[in-house]
Amino acid sequence: MIQRVLAPIRGLRVRLLLGFAGLCIITATLVAGGMYVYARRVILQQAQDSAVFALTKQIRSVYPLHTLPPNQQSLAVIQDGLVTKDSSVRVEYGNQSVGNRDAASLISADLRAEISKGHVAWQRVDWSGAPGLVVGTELMVKGANGDVRSSGVDVFAFYDLGAEAQSIAQLAYLAWGIGAVVLVMAMLLAIAVARSVLGPVRELRTAAGRLGAGELSTRVPVRGSDELAEVAQTFNNTAQALEGHVVELRRMEADARRFVADVSHELRTPLAAMIAVVDVLDEQAAQLPELTGEAVRLVSQGTHNLTRLVNDLIEVTRFDSGTAALALDEIDLAVAIMATLRARGWSGEVRTDLPGGVLARVDPRRLDVIVANLVGNALRHGAPPVTVRLRTEPGWLIVEVGDHGPGLSDEVLPKVFNRFYKADTARTRSEGSGLGLAISWENARLHRGSLVAANQPGGGALFTLRLPLIEVTE
Amino acid sequence: MSRVLLIEDDKDVRDGLALALTWQGHTVRAVESGELGLSALADDPTDVVVLDLMLPGIDGFEVCRRIRADTNLPIIMVTARNDDLDVVGGLEAGADDYVVKPVQARVLEARIRAVLRRVGTDARPDAEPSAVARHGTLDIDRAGLVVSKHGGPISLAPTELRLLLELSAAPGRVLSRQQLLESVWEQAYLGDSRLVDACVQRLRAKIEDDPANPRYVQTVRGFGYRFGPL
Repeated sequence: MIQRVLAPIRGLRVRLLLGFAGLCIITATLVAGGMYVYARRVILQQAQDSAVFALTKQIRSVYPLHTLPPNQQSLAVIQDGLVTKDSSVRVEYGNQSVGNRDAASLISADLRAEISKGHVAWQRVDWSGAPGLVVGTELMVKGANGDVRSSGVDVFAFYDLGAEAQSIAQLAYLAWGIGAVVLVMAMLLAIAVARSVLGPVRELRTAAGRLGAGELSTRVPVRGSDELAEVAQTFNNTAQALEGHVVELRRMEADARRFVADVSHELRTPLAAMIAVVDVLDEQAAQLPELTGEAVRLVSQGTHNLTRLVNDLIEVTRFDSGTAALALDEIDLAVAIMATLRARGWSGEVRTDLPGGVLARVDPRRLDVIVANLVGNALRHGAPPVTVRLRTEPGWLIVEVGDHGPGLSDEVLPKVFNRFYKADTARTRSEGSGLGLAISWENARLHRGSLVAANQPGGGALFTLRLPLIEVTE
Repeated sequence: MSRVLLIEDDKDVRDGLALALTWQGHTVRAVESGELGLSALADDPTDVVVLDLMLPGIDGFEVCRRIRADTNLPIIMVTARNDDLDVVGGLEAGADDYVVKPVQARVLEARIRAVLRRVGTDARPDAEPSAVARHGTLDIDRAGLVVSKHGGPISLAPTELRLLLELSAAPGRVLSRQQLLESVWEQAYLGDSRLVDACVQRLRAKIEDDPANPRYVQTVRGFGYRFGPL
């Protein structure tokens, strides 16, 4: 389940996009954030410095202090001298104060403590929602003996930092904006990179699929000189080598097949002379002396077997070379199968279920070969009763040849149509060429049908021939 | 029994077949080329020709055509394969039957007998005596084994004649190729239907006014052939 959910994320495209996005976000955050923090500090520092500078400068203009201790009026004079257009000012002496009454709460104890030490001190404050700055100091007076002492008059100037805050906010917006733009650009870049990587990868995948399907001439374009190009080049080299090997193998196989065909044809001529005279030998053997007669019978039998083998070999080579052709005729299947059985003297040995009137277009000779091989095989290797059954399905005619022997073992079953395959190694060669079932299978295929071997539920082998039923109609 | 002319270029095969056929009682004249075969035909009376298709000099097809040009002698061809163009070509050239090499003498002998039975002399003793059946412009004398068209006799090879007799015995009745193979070619089991088709073509060329549009021997698609109805 998790695997399935994660699967899309594992795609190269998604991984690239996520990677680029992550990198972009981290970089943008670090750069923009750092810049923001730094710029903010610089801006505030400047505002602070200029505020402190401005206040100390203003203070000089209120000296000399006329009365000490000051009264309410002289505090107002001081306050009035210190007010500028950017700031409001509060002047305190003891529990007397002038100006900006609300602001008293903004002055922290820390600030007062700092001031009482005689420093100029400042503190950033939240000025009713807006950022502000309080700068404070204590006015000093020079005594008659020249010593400097505190006057007890504290001056606080309040500055509005709204403009600076706005600048900083704009800076932040700008940073976010640039970050977003960069993110979009990074995503586009990621898509472009993914495409440039995935395009060749997809081409390779398609090409590999085609190669696997047997299109050995498949090649992929090699673009540029990057790693993907190297992979493409390697693919092409591999495909070329593979194609070469396959061509070579096919040539060798064709040579081998041609050799078999040539040998078969060469064997046929001397065999034709021999088989022509075996009837004479057979007829005479009975009158010959015992040993000579036996020798003659052996020669005769060998000639028959050899002829069958060569004929079967020639038949097989014609399938291999694709020169086997159908000579179709419309026949009654039941009549044809009975003719096959009768011609070989099997009519009495085989149980038949052959409904008449099944007409089809088949090659009668090839059908004869198939049925004769299947029934002959069943009679030799299976146990009676051997059954031949004819039936039809829509579009197909089906001939089933079954026996009641031990059936075919799992080991034998897939190989039963192999050429020269002998299930029982002890079997003698004289029983068949070893090509009968292979030829039957090829004949079924030539008809665009099939021949399948299986075991019956009740025991015994069952060969099923299926041929396309082209109904004979006028 | 019968006089056989064997035309076969391979000496061993020729000797073997000649020996076997002789042993079975035939008089065999064996020659190695088509040219020698044709001149032997001119010299000696012959009942049947056994002809290998692969010959040096003029090939078997040509020999077949030349024999057919002059006579209606039965011709059995010997072919290397049974499912290729050689068979069709040989049948079109006029051969009556074929056997596939390597061939057992017994098989060849059976075909020789079958083809000879089609020849007039020992054909159909049970035919209706002197009944000349008239079909359109075609007169078929089943006893005399003479076929005339517009009053003039037509020269038919034995197999063609036998096929025509078989078909015309029951005008309008459809006979399948396999039935015809059994009755005309005496093939006990599944025979090659191309034998029938080729013979029908040759027969039509001789008896039909328009062989492409036959009246007498009609094809019944999917079933076989039928004589008439006219």
